[in-house]
Amino acid sequence: MLEASDLEFERGGRTLFKGLGFALRDGELLRVAGANGSGKTTLLKVLCGLLAPDGGEVRWQGTPIRQLREDYTRHLVYLGHAPAVKEDLTAAENLAIAATLGGLRASPQAVQEALAAYGLADGAIPVRRLSQGQRRRAALARLLLAGQVPLWLLDEPFTALDADAARFTGELIAQHVARGGAAVFTTHQPSGIDAAVARVIELG
Amino acid sequence: MIAAARCVVRRDLLLALRRRSDVATALLFFVIVASLFPLGVGAEPNLLRALAPGVIWVAALLSSMLSLGRLFAADHADGTLEQLLLGAAPLGVVTAAKVLAHWLVAGLPLVAIAPLLALQYDLPVSLYGTLALSLLLGTPVLSLIGAIGAALTLGLRGGGVLLALLVLPLYVPVLIFGAGSVDMAAAGLSPQGQLQLLAALLVVSAAFAPWAIAAALRISTE
Repeated sequence: MLEASDLEFERGGRTLFKGLGFALRDGELLRVAGANGSGKTTLLKVLCGLLAPDGGEVRWQGTPIRQLREDYTRHLVYLGHAPAVKEDLTAAENLAIAATLGGLRASPQAVQEALAAYGLADGAIPVRRLSQGQRRRAALARLLLAGQVPLWLLDEPFTALDADAARFTGELIAQHVARGGAAVFTTHQPSGIDAAVARVIELG
Repeated sequence: MIAAARCVVRRDLLLALRRRSDVATALLFFVIVASLFPLGVGAEPNLLRALAPGVIWVAALLSSMLSLGRLFAADHADGTLEQLLLGAAPLGVVTAAKVLAHWLVAGLPLVAIAPLLALQYDLPVSLYGTLALSLLLGTPVLSLIGAIGAALTLGLRGGGVLLALLVLPLYVPVLIFGAGSVDMAAAGLSPQGQLQLLAALLVVSAAFAPWAIAAALRISTE
C-alpha cells in the first residue's frame, strides 16, 4: 500500500503542492489532474523516489521509501515523460532490457507478444526509425510484462497515442486494478477509464 | 542482481557497436596525440625514449576523459537513466556495470594499442609488458574516478569543463604511478612498487566508486 502524507514541494520559489496526502490501497486507481506546469510529473517523481519532497514523506507498506530504495522500486513500474527507449536499439531489445532491469523475467517470445499486442509486429527496426507514437507504444509494452508488479506509476500514458492504442492502454490499467494492483496516472484530459478511478487529485 | 549487471554491460556494448564512430573518436584521439609528439620534438632517440611513458600515459588519460561526458548524458537525455535508477538491482551494481562497459570500450583498446605506439618512441621491447600492465591496472581507475565526475556534472551547463577540473587532479596519482612504473623499468629497477600501488588504487576505487557514482547520480537527477 502506498501512502503519502503532508507532501510539500517547492520549485523556484513557487509552491507546487503543500499538505498533500493520500493512501492508495491494492485495487485502487488514482488520477492526478491539473493544468500544464501544475506539478503532476513532479508529484509522480516524488512518489517513485526520483525527487525528494521538501516536506512530508511517501511510505510503501508503512516504511518510508527513502529507506527501502530498491526494495521499493522493485515493486513499481514507472513510465515517465520520455519514452525511455534507446534509439539505436530495436523495440524488442529495449523491452527485454527494460524488463530485466525491472527484475522481470521475460522470454523473447513474451517480448514479441507484448510488442505485437501494441501493434509493433516488426520488433527488429531500430527505434530511431519509429514515429513518436510508436516509440510511446514500445515503452508502454512494458505494462504487458509487468502484470505481477503491484504498483504502476504512469505519467501521461495516453499522449501521442491514437484512439485504439489509448483505449488498449486504458483497458490494461483497468485490468491491473481489477487484479488487485494499484496505479497512479496523470493526465490533463479526461480519459476513457474515469469510471474505474477511485479518486482524482486536482493540482494547481 | 547479476542478471541486471550483465544486462547493462551487454546493453552498453551493443550501443557502442551501433555507434562505432563515438568509440573511434576517443581511440583515434589517443593514437593522434601519441603520434604527433615524435614529429614535434624531433627524432632524437634518447629524448623520445625518455618521453615515451609520460606521453603515452597523458594521451591515455585525456582520451579516457574525452568519452566520459557521454557516459550518463545520453541515458539522461532519453529517460533511460530514470529506469536504471528505478531498477530492481542496487544502483551501485548498475553503475559498476556501466563503468565496466565504459572501460571495455574506451580503456581496454588503449592497453592493446599502446605497445604499437611505443614503437615510434623506440621504447625497448622489454618495457612493453610493464607499459601494458600499468595501463591495464590504471585505465579502470580512470574510468571509475571519471564516472564519479560525470555523474556529479550530469545535466550542468558547461559540465565538460567542470568535469575536467574535478577529475584531472584525481587522475594525477594514477598518472604518476603509471608513467613512473615504466620509467623505473627503463632505469633497470623493479617497477613492482608502482604497479602494486596502481593495483591498490584499482581495488579501493572498484570497491567505493560505484557507490559514490550512485549517490552522485541521485543528487544530480533531483
